[in-house]
Amino acid sequence: MNEQDNKPIVQLRKIKKSFGNIKAVNGVTLDIKKGEFFSLLGPSGCGKTTLLRLIAGFEKPDSGEILIDGNEVASIEPNLRPTNMVFQNYAIFPHLNVEENIGYGLIQKKYVEKEKVKMVNEILELVGLGGLHKRVASALSGGQRQRVALARALILKPKVLLLDEPLSALDKKLREQMQSELRALQRAVGITFVLVTHDQQEALAMSDKIAVMFDGKVEQVALPQKLYDRPLTKGVASFIGSMNFFSAELLAEKEGNITVHSNVFGEIVLLEGQFSGQPNRGDIELGVRPEMLDISVGASTTINNFVKGKIEEISFLGQTTQFRVILLASKETILVLLNNSSKKLNLFQGDIVKISWEPSSFVGFS
Amino acid sequence: MGSDAKYLRLFVIISLVFFYLPALLLPIFAFNESQVIAFPIGGFSLRWFKALLLETTLHQALGNSLYIAVVSSILGTFLGVLTARAYSRYDFSGKKASLSFILTPLVIPELIIGVALLIVLIQLGLPLNLYTVILGHTLLIMPFSTLVMMSAFNNLDRSIEEASLDLGETSIGTFRRIILPMVSPGLIASFIIGFTISLDEFMIAFFLSGTQPTLPVYIWAQFRFPVKLPGVMALGTLLILFSLLLLSLSEYFRRQILKSKITEVI
Repeated sequence: MNEQDNKPIVQLRKIKKSFGNIKAVNGVTLDIKKGEFFSLLGPSGCGKTTLLRLIAGFEKPDSGEILIDGNEVASIEPNLRPTNMVFQNYAIFPHLNVEENIGYGLIQKKYVEKEKVKMVNEILELVGLGGLHKRVASALSGGQRQRVALARALILKPKVLLLDEPLSALDKKLREQMQSELRALQRAVGITFVLVTHDQQEALAMSDKIAVMFDGKVEQVALPQKLYDRPLTKGVASFIGSMNFFSAELLAEKEGNITVHSNVFGEIVLLEGQFSGQPNRGDIELGVRPEMLDISVGASTTINNFVKGKIEEISFLGQTTQFRVILLASKETILVLLNNSSKKLNLFQGDIVKISWEPSSFVGFS
Repeated sequence: MGSDAKYLRLFVIISLVFFYLPALLLPIFAFNESQVIAFPIGGFSLRWFKALLLETTLHQALGNSLYIAVVSSILGTFLGVLTARAYSRYDFSGKKASLSFILTPLVIPELIIGVALLIVLIQLGLPLNLYTVILGHTLLIMPFSTLVMMSAFNNLDRSIEEASLDLGETSIGTFRRIILPMVSPGLIASFIIGFTISLDEFMIAFFLSGTQPTLPVYIWAQFRFPVKLPGVMALGTLLILFSLLLLSLSEYFRRQILKSKITEVI
């Protein structure tokens, strides 16, 4: 992110868009800063793609304002907007070759032929397709198609590049490679990228900032780390990674910190920022990520906070192992994720174990 | 399973014989020395084909038919493209009802279309000539063309069109640079279908052609003279060869449509 240039390039103001009875986008207000790699993350049907298509101009909002670089664009057709899009299926023109696909948009602009050739060559090198000028569209692999779609959009130097799930059609290995390539490309060209994805891993890995959407609304906009560590709602917390939830009640509130009591964990102090919502209202939902918990066996004296449970299921996940544990006292289920490199525990299904925690690992939702 | 396959094979053989045996009789009698269309046949001869070369009324009728077929298939395809585009791309009230109206000429007997058009033209006081036949044939071809082009347009991925708009091209430019090239196999198929429909259409041409007969009308007139029958056989043989050529062409382009659909999916 360019800190010196914090001007918003895209401003969405109270955008609403319905298709029939379905409210696809239901009152979204959002700022996307210049030069940012911004992700719209959410489950399918949450309205993220509609929001992208509204920015591109393929859909018109029912109400609300869209400003690009300070200008209201509601009445501007897609072909005149300073945005370009990479489509989910890439939408490569099948009757044109690589060069013709990439140069497609240049015909509208008044460049001399020599200049066009130079621009096409440069962009082909940039996306790693050098020498494939004459390759026909049908002979391109998935990864190559994606690069052509990128090059075709980037050559027009848009103010905002919109990417609609661009990696979802690729296999896992290529997807991971393209994640870092896209990130590097974005840094190199400095253009604002707006990415739509349902893959939280992808969003976390690539983005400067993420907006999480559910049911047509933005639930939280934050930096990836913040989003993971301090989710504002239960929905965000469970969509990004996984989280154990337990009910607790509010005991005291003092100088922004609150003390809560849970049947499972006892008394826990949540510092300011560790909880969201109004803590003085009723019950508190306590959340803790599986990897923030620890498992131990036998009589250890160094552990103060622990609860006993019986291992119900062990899933080996490669780098990590996930334990599903039934707590002895409350019969509630808790997930614990251990890193396989850090610890070698000889644990089996049915073992009685101690689950321990740090108070700072908890988040509270009211 | 085994006996099912056996019956299926038998069925196919019977159908093929049923369809093609009559057509095979045409060349047999066309190359027959004798003037009588009956077995046993006489010696091999090309005299009936040679005779065709001297029939100036036949040449005129052929010229009329080709002219009408080319013009009406172009007109019909043009109208079909516009109609199909509207129906595959836009939503408007009365869409389904109006589409079935547009497609009714497919099921209305040509006799009725011919008579109805004749009455209208006479009421309007217009003379009957090649252009009135073109009018009738365009009406007949347009629904076929609409169907072919609708399937071609529906095969198009919507995002390809959006990508073109997104890259700064106008709607008209997108239609010219992206949509038309992508549906060109459909265009050619529609043209060929229209051409064949017009070429062998009798009823409308009979009512509307006035003093300028088309090929089918000419052939029909020949049946009054038994002497001319072997000549009709020779002409029929040539027409069968020509139809086979057209059929293979349209099949080739139909497969091109399928192929372009498949690569799009990939």
